[in-house]
Amino acid sequence: MGKSWAISKRELRAYFTTPLAYVFIVIFVALNGVTAFYFGALFDRGQADMQPLFGFLPWLYLFLIPAVAMRLWAEERKAGTLELLMTLPVSTFDAVFGKFLAAWIFAGIALSLTFPVWITVNYLGDPDNGVIIASYLGGFLMAGSYLAIGGFVSAMTRNQVIAFVIGAAVIFLFMMSGLELVQSAFRGWAPELVIDLVRSFSFLVHYDAIIRGVIDVRDMIFFISIIGVFLFANMVVVDLKKGA
Amino acid sequence: MQGMDLMLQIKGLTKKFGSFTAVDNISFSVKRGEVVGFLGPNGAGKTTAMRMVTGFLMPTAGTALVAGHDVTASPLEVKRRIGYLPEGAPLYEDMTPLELLGFVSDVRGLSGATKREAIGNAASRINIEHVMHQAIGTLSKGYKRRVGIAQAILHDPEILILDEPTDGLDPNQKHEVRKLINEMAKEKIIVISTHLLDEVDTVCSRAIVIAQGKIVSDGTPGELEARSELHNAVTFRLSVAQSDLAKASIEAISNVDRVVQKSAENGLVTYIAYPSDSQSIIDEISGALKAASIDVQEIQAERGRLDEVFRRITTAA
Repeated sequence: MGKSWAISKRELRAYFTTPLAYVFIVIFVALNGVTAFYFGALFDRGQADMQPLFGFLPWLYLFLIPAVAMRLWAEERKAGTLELLMTLPVSTFDAVFGKFLAAWIFAGIALSLTFPVWITVNYLGDPDNGVIIASYLGGFLMAGSYLAIGGFVSAMTRNQVIAFVIGAAVIFLFMMSGLELVQSAFRGWAPELVIDLVRSFSFLVHYDAIIRGVIDVRDMIFFISIIGVFLFANMVVVDLKKGA
Repeated sequence: MQGMDLMLQIKGLTKKFGSFTAVDNISFSVKRGEVVGFLGPNGAGKTTAMRMVTGFLMPTAGTALVAGHDVTASPLEVKRRIGYLPEGAPLYEDMTPLELLGFVSDVRGLSGATKREAIGNAASRINIEHVMHQAIGTLSKGYKRRVGIAQAILHDPEILILDEPTDGLDPNQKHEVRKLINEMAKEKIIVISTHLLDEVDTVCSRAIVIAQGKIVSDGTPGELEARSELHNAVTFRLSVAQSDLAKASIEAISNVDRVVQKSAENGLVTYIAYPSDSQSIIDEISGALKAASIDVQEIQAERGRLDEVFRRITTAA
């Protein structure tokens, strides 16, 4: 655990010593503002809540999270520092978890910087703060799932652009699996069980439940399982590359 | 426990990439106090072999043992005991040397005063104290290499594996690094890869030559030199007037194989006399020249040329 944390600290410092962190945070917060106030009509709706912001969050994350995750392994592989890291006495788990944790903390920092919107709705009205807290939690869990997928893809290549594009594509599939677009492709030939199974993998279905304020343990477990599965897959890829 | 003394054992180490065999069943063991020079042409498999010993690559077959720990079964035990400079000294370029050494200390479980002391020692031994707060990416190639060595010696490891430690250093820096290796040699096992043959002479107690993934020679640098056809050959220089007489009288000596003219300038001719059985012939030659009252400008016995041996054994394979 100490080793994972040492790796996380190094990664976090790497985010903030390069322009990446600042560019990401500024763009993330600005886009959140734009989507919430402009597209989401946060003021005009006449309701004191943060639905517009959290409604757009999965789509913002679709582009921004793979940009954070793409460098996790691809950059180290390209620069050769992976050899330095993996010949230190760290286990594959230490490295995978440490890197993931740093990226997740970073995404959490960015998400928390949307707090002025929270303050605003509280100033203007009387929102259900329980729902807002649940939404933040849902957003954070979703960021973690996206990062776990992005990190896994990043471990397979030394090219960050490829890591970004494939990462975003895989995340998109997971998002869409609950929507009519994907569901209709299965309907008509697949048994109900399969359709439900595909639907159950949808990020949006689970996320929408959470941001409506319906905190169901199963939705939480879904995101945590996705994180667990992809971190494990990430470890497998790192070990496979070692044997290749 | 098999004895108290530290050992690095390489057993049948093999690595295949697809149908290409990069390292082909190499075995040797190294004892404390030895400095092994790992030699071979580019692409011979030196780096691949080092990557397997340090646990970065998984062997296709065979393994390496450090103090009885198998790198394929308990990699962390092995990594803890090794300090490693990977090829090209890859480093996190956005960090300063101080931050990098701090990170390596954290991962190696050093903290507090121990950590500060370890960083201070490594920095002063390798002479990078004055660049500790500069981003590594802005440092010269020589400094980067030294930061790479500093992180390898940080935890005072029992085994030091350095892949081309002096590559990119100027002659003064090379001298410094070789001095450091010599200082540490007594209490450690040191394996360095190099293609600089003078480095083998100055720092190594043993030279292992590999070509196309196989060990083609394993012995002291002296033994390697002795495999040179120049070993114990005699070079002598005299005036043109006496050269035919000298050549004839030396060729008459029974254990001289042949006499070859090497160069001629300013009325002086240089010859090399090769022994027929690698034994010393300098006494016989100087005796014969004296007996014929020939004045010699210069006469010396050759030790052998590493580069010639290197070329011969690595291209024959």
